[in-house]
Amino acid sequence: MRIFRTKIPLIETAAAWLLALLWLAPLAYAFWAAFHPAHLATHFEPFSPLTLDNFAKAWTYAPFPRHFLNTVILVTMILAAQLVLCTLAGYAFARFEFAGRDIAFGLVLVQLMVMPEVLIVENYRIMARLGLVDTILGIGLPYMASAFGIFLLRQTFKTVPRELEDAARVEGCSFMGVLWRVYVPLARPTYLAYGLVSVSYHWNNFLWPLVITNSIETRPLTVGLAIFGAPESGVDWAVISAGTIMAVSPLLVAFLLFQRQFMQSFMQAGIK
Amino acid sequence: MKHVYGWLLLTPAAILLVGFTHYPAAATLIDSFFSTGTVVRPSRFVGLGNYAALAEDPIFWQVLGNNFWFALGTIPTAIALAMVMALWVNQKLPARALVRMAYFTPTVLPMIAVANLWLYFYTPQIGLLDKLGALFGAPSHNWLGDPDLVLPATMVMVIWKEAGFFMIFYLAALQSLPPELEEAGKIEGASRWYFFRRVTFPLLMPTTLFVLVNATINSFKLVDHLFILTKGGPDNASSLLLYYIYQVAFSFFDTTYAATLTVVLLLLLAGLAVAQFLLIERRVHYR
Repeated sequence: MRIFRTKIPLIETAAAWLLALLWLAPLAYAFWAAFHPAHLATHFEPFSPLTLDNFAKAWTYAPFPRHFLNTVILVTMILAAQLVLCTLAGYAFARFEFAGRDIAFGLVLVQLMVMPEVLIVENYRIMARLGLVDTILGIGLPYMASAFGIFLLRQTFKTVPRELEDAARVEGCSFMGVLWRVYVPLARPTYLAYGLVSVSYHWNNFLWPLVITNSIETRPLTVGLAIFGAPESGVDWAVISAGTIMAVSPLLVAFLLFQRQFMQSFMQAGIK
Repeated sequence: MKHVYGWLLLTPAAILLVGFTHYPAAATLIDSFFSTGTVVRPSRFVGLGNYAALAEDPIFWQVLGNNFWFALGTIPTAIALAMVMALWVNQKLPARALVRMAYFTPTVLPMIAVANLWLYFYTPQIGLLDKLGALFGAPSHNWLGDPDLVLPATMVMVIWKEAGFFMIFYLAALQSLPPELEEAGKIEGASRWYFFRRVTFPLLMPTTLFVLVNATINSFKLVDHLFILTKGGPDNASSLLLYYIYQVAFSFFDTTYAATLTVVLLLLLAGLAVAQFLLIERRVHYR
C-alpha cells in the first residue's frame, strides 16, 4: 500500500488514535465484562480476578451449541449453492449469446436492490406453501441465486482471454470442461472475495431467519442471541456479553487473521 | 445451440430468482389490492382501499419520517467520519494498521451483537453512559425511553457501525490518486487544508456520491437493532418502515396491509435505483 510521505501534525495523530480507541471501546468493554464476575462488570480495577463463569453460564442458558451448528450448516449450504448457481449463470452471461440475454441480466440485477429481506411477507407465504417454514433450507433458499455473485463472476469471466478457451476447445474440452478447467481456476480470487462476503453476510443476517424460524433446531446464532439478549430475558449483562462474544468470535478471529482480504472483499461487494 | 446452452446454464438460478424475487414482488403488488381474509370474512378485492388506509395511517407517516431523519442523521456524519478516517490511515501514522483495524472492526459484527452491547450503554442509571455522565454531575437520561432521544441514540450506534465500512471506499480512492498531485501541491506551497479542500475533496466526489446512494439504499434495510433496543418504541419514535412492515405482518397479521407498505418500500428502492443509474450514466465530473 502506498503511503503519502507528508508528516501529519501530532494533534492529528492523537485524534486518530483517540477515535480508534473510541471505536474499539464497546467491544473492549464487552470483553472486560465477559471475563469478570458480574458484580465487577462496571468497576474498572486493573487486577480484578478473571473468570470464565459467564461463558459457562451463557453456554447453558441458551442452546448455543445448537445455534452454532445451525449457523454453520446455513452458511455452508448457502455458499455451496451460490458458488454452483452463480458460476453457471455467470458463465452463461459472460460467454453465451442467447435470445433475451440482456433482458434476463437486467432482471437478475433487480435483486441487488430488492433483497429477500424486503419481501419477508410474501416470501413467508411461499415458504409456507412449500412446507419449508422453520427449516434451515427455508432460511437459505431465497439467497442461493445471488445477483451479486452472478454479476461478480460474469465480470471476472469476461476478462478471461478468448484464446485460452479456444485452445481448450481445440484440445477437445466440452463447454462444461472449459468452465471447469479454464474459467473456474482463473476466477479463484473472485471466489475467495465472494465467499468471505457471503459467509459474513449470512453469519450476521437476522431479519429473514427470525421470520422463517420458530424452533431451537433451526434458529441461527443471531436469532438465538436476540432472544437471549432481549431485556425481558432477565439474564445479567456479564452473561449477555459472554454470549455475544461467543457468537461473534469466529468471524472476528477470521477478520483479525485476514484483515486485508476482508477489507478488499467488502469493498468489491460494495462497488459491485 | 448456443441459445439452448445459455438458457440451460441460467435455468437453476433463474428459477430461484423468479421464485423469491420477481414473483413475490408481483404478488405483493396484487395483494395490496385485496383485504386481509379472516375465518369469517374471506379476502376480497378492495381496489385502492389499502392505499387510502395508508394515507390516513399516522404510524405510517411517522415511520416514513423516522426513516428520513434516520438517513439524514446517520449518512452525512458517517461519510464525513469515513473520509477523515481514510485520510488518516492513508498517511504516515504510527500504528497505522492497528488504527485501520479499529475503524473497520464494527463492520464485521452482526447488528444484533452490536445492539446487545449498546443496550447496556444506554440503560438508565446502571448503563455506562449514565455512569460516565454521573462523574461529571450530569443527570440520568432514559436514552431509549425518551421519544426525543431514542432515534438519535440509535443513530449514534449506526454511525459507529457504518463509518469504517465507508472508509474502505475512500481508502481505495485515495490510493488511486496520482502522487504527483501532492508533490505539485507542496511545490506550490499549498497548506494541507487548502490542498484537501481544492484537490482531494473534489477528486473524491465520485466516491462520495457512490457511497451516498448505497448508504441511502442500505438505510431502508437497517432494522435489526430495533428488535433488541426498542421494539420500535416508545410510541413508534424509533420505528422504521421495514420494522413496521414486520410488525404489521407478523404481530398484527394484516398481511395485505403489510403488502401495501412493502409496495411503498419497493417504490422508494426503485426510485433510488433510478437515481443510482443516472449518476453512473452521467458520471460525476470534476473541474
